Amino acid sequence: MKYAGRLAAVTLVGALSLAACGTDNNSASTDASTAPASTAPSAGSDAGLSGTINAAGSSAQANAIDEWKKNFQQANAGVSLNYQPSGSGAGVQAFIQGTVAFAGSDSALKDDKGEPAQADARCKTGKAINIPMVTGPVAVVYNLPGVEGLQLSPKTIGGIFNSKITKWDDAAIKADNPDAKLPSTPIQAFHRSDESGTSDNFTKFLSKTAEWPYEPAKAWPAEAKGQGAKGSDGIAQAIKSAPGSISYVELSYAENSSLAKAKVANGSGEFVELTPESAAKTVEAAEVVGQGNDLKLSIDYATKAAGAYPIVLVTYEITCEKGLAPEEAKLVKSFLTYTSSDEGQQALTSLGYAPLPATVLAKVRTAVEAIS
Amino acid sequence: MATPVRTRDGGSALSRSASRRSRGEVPFRYASTAAGILLLAIMAAIAVFLVVEAVPALQANKGSFLTTLTWEPNSTQSFGIGALAFGTLISAVLALIMAVPVAVGVALFISHYAPRRMAGILGYVIDLLAAVPSVVYGLWGVVFLVPFMQGPSEFLHEYLGFIPLFGGDIITGRSMLTASIVLAVMILPIIAAISREVFLQVPRAHEEAALALGATRWEVIRMAVLPFGRPGVISASMLGLGRAMGETIAVALIFPATFGISLEILTPQGNSIAANIANGFGEATPIGRGALIASGLVLFIITLLVNMGARLIVARRKEFSGAAA
Repeated sequence: MKYAGRLAAVTLVGALSLAACGTDNNSASTDASTAPASTAPSAGSDAGLSGTINAAGSSAQANAIDEWKKNFQQANAGVSLNYQPSGSGAGVQAFIQGTVAFAGSDSALKDDKGEPAQADARCKTGKAINIPMVTGPVAVVYNLPGVEGLQLSPKTIGGIFNSKITKWDDAAIKADNPDAKLPSTPIQAFHRSDESGTSDNFTKFLSKTAEWPYEPAKAWPAEAKGQGAKGSDGIAQAIKSAPGSISYVELSYAENSSLAKAKVANGSGEFVELTPESAAKTVEAAEVVGQGNDLKLSIDYATKAAGAYPIVLVTYEITCEKGLAPEEAKLVKSFLTYTSSDEGQQALTSLGYAPLPATVLAKVRTAVEAIS
Repeated sequence: MATPVRTRDGGSALSRSASRRSRGEVPFRYASTAAGILLLAIMAAIAVFLVVEAVPALQANKGSFLTTLTWEPNSTQSFGIGALAFGTLISAVLALIMAVPVAVGVALFISHYAPRRMAGILGYVIDLLAAVPSVVYGLWGVVFLVPFMQGPSEFLHEYLGFIPLFGGDIITGRSMLTASIVLAVMILPIIAAISREVFLQVPRAHEEAALALGATRWEVIRMAVLPFGRPGVISASMLGLGRAMGETIAVALIFPATFGISLEILTPQGNSIAANIANGFGEATPIGRGALIASGLVLFIITLLVNMGARLIVARRKEFSGAAA
């Protein structure tokens, strides 16, 4: 062991000299441009646009962005858009650090985490705004051979996902479905094992409308039990292969895997089937709680609007109202102008998203117009 | 260039005619020393990085890091490693129990039974298995093995349900057992390849002596090959165990990501440190990221302990294995 002392010394020296690598301080924005914002280009005429837009965030809107990117790049050959669907949290982080021009997020910037202040700091001269752009309804999907048109009230859904209701012929499910012949098989409730905006919105819905004792979060609460599967496609796969299972997944995934969707009761007790139209009615009833062009929405999950399907997820594009580098601002504005156009919104309905209702869309267009 | 004055302890065997033979000697010595130091420095840097990133999260933890059975650093800020560490160890040990006998069998077949040409081809195929990306094993697990395991799992539960291991309420293919099988397939090639090399190193004299005493082929393997190869097989198994514990994406796809501690390997539960990191990283807040890194640190420590344990075993065995040629 005559080398032991020397070894320890080497290790120590190495550790000390490399300790600096251990911390990474990302508070400083790397955005080099402090030039005042240029005048806005006239909307609609996208002639001669060129450059690259870097964006990142929610995977819930990844399919929507792909579709938009395809159409937008066809119209503007000089522009390339890179969207990395790394997750809402990672997208917001990247935006705050100044590495992307806009972030996609399934929730608006959170006050309790101090995100608005950090995002405003990244925008230097202006402030960061949340612009709702994509509506992704969340379907409650199930696999129960022999049962069609299952109806569920929020309280029953809460009981199932909190492992309080464990058999398909439970009295609560029977009460929601007086005419169905329900088997006595055990319920396998699936949730997302990865952290996701879908879980976040689904648990928000449950905590507003059912007896859901946990804090809404992107991570599934361990106390609620159930089984996890990774990713929306993992959920779809799991439901397909497990009779007696139930889960929640975005409409587009439910459609792609042709899974049975339950009708969900809204605030007035009406059982509503999920369609792009019924989801849009809930978004229409949402209230804007942001200031000025910040269109942070507060969705009423217990909405009493007739024919409104209550579980919806709105994905925001988070960007700077003012303070992006002039080139970036021009490109982002042009892209978001397209996505909020009638054409852009209609392009999504075939993908399992719902178009934004006209009232919200008018505000969105005003907000996009203000980007400079 | 003058011959350097040697002040190294343990003098050099090359001191004779050093002037003629020392070209390349010194640079090479420094280069290899530098490589050794670099490795230590990298390890130290990783350890320091993990600690620095983990400490703030551990201080913010409202639960107990060792006993809390949830992982909610982003919302309620309470998280614990218990269930994850348990799942990591159980799945890796189960995988090892399944993989080692098969791997040793394969290695013995290649080294002592198979015709030479076939041995070559088989060895090659085993090595190829090691090159399949782990996500492919994971997809195979989810798409094929999970539905496939439903039947066998129910069978086991039906006839062996009195053993707690196979008990439980809901029996499913998405279980600890399935994840372990996938891990077993993944670590099989490395254990088999190393064991094969070890078995080929057995001194011919031992084998021929055994044969001269009238031993059958099985007796030769039992008396000469296995005792000689034991430390090597143990080392190979430990390497496999390390890989099984660190495997990320394959098990993240299969595990139901629950946070309980239970020995029922047919029920839908199970999780591991690495799978949890893969699942949580995309949406983690700074505290959440710190918490995940802290769990990585635990995995680092567990792997270190396992490897040290294995080295101890190997060192002890060496002394009284009858194969010290």
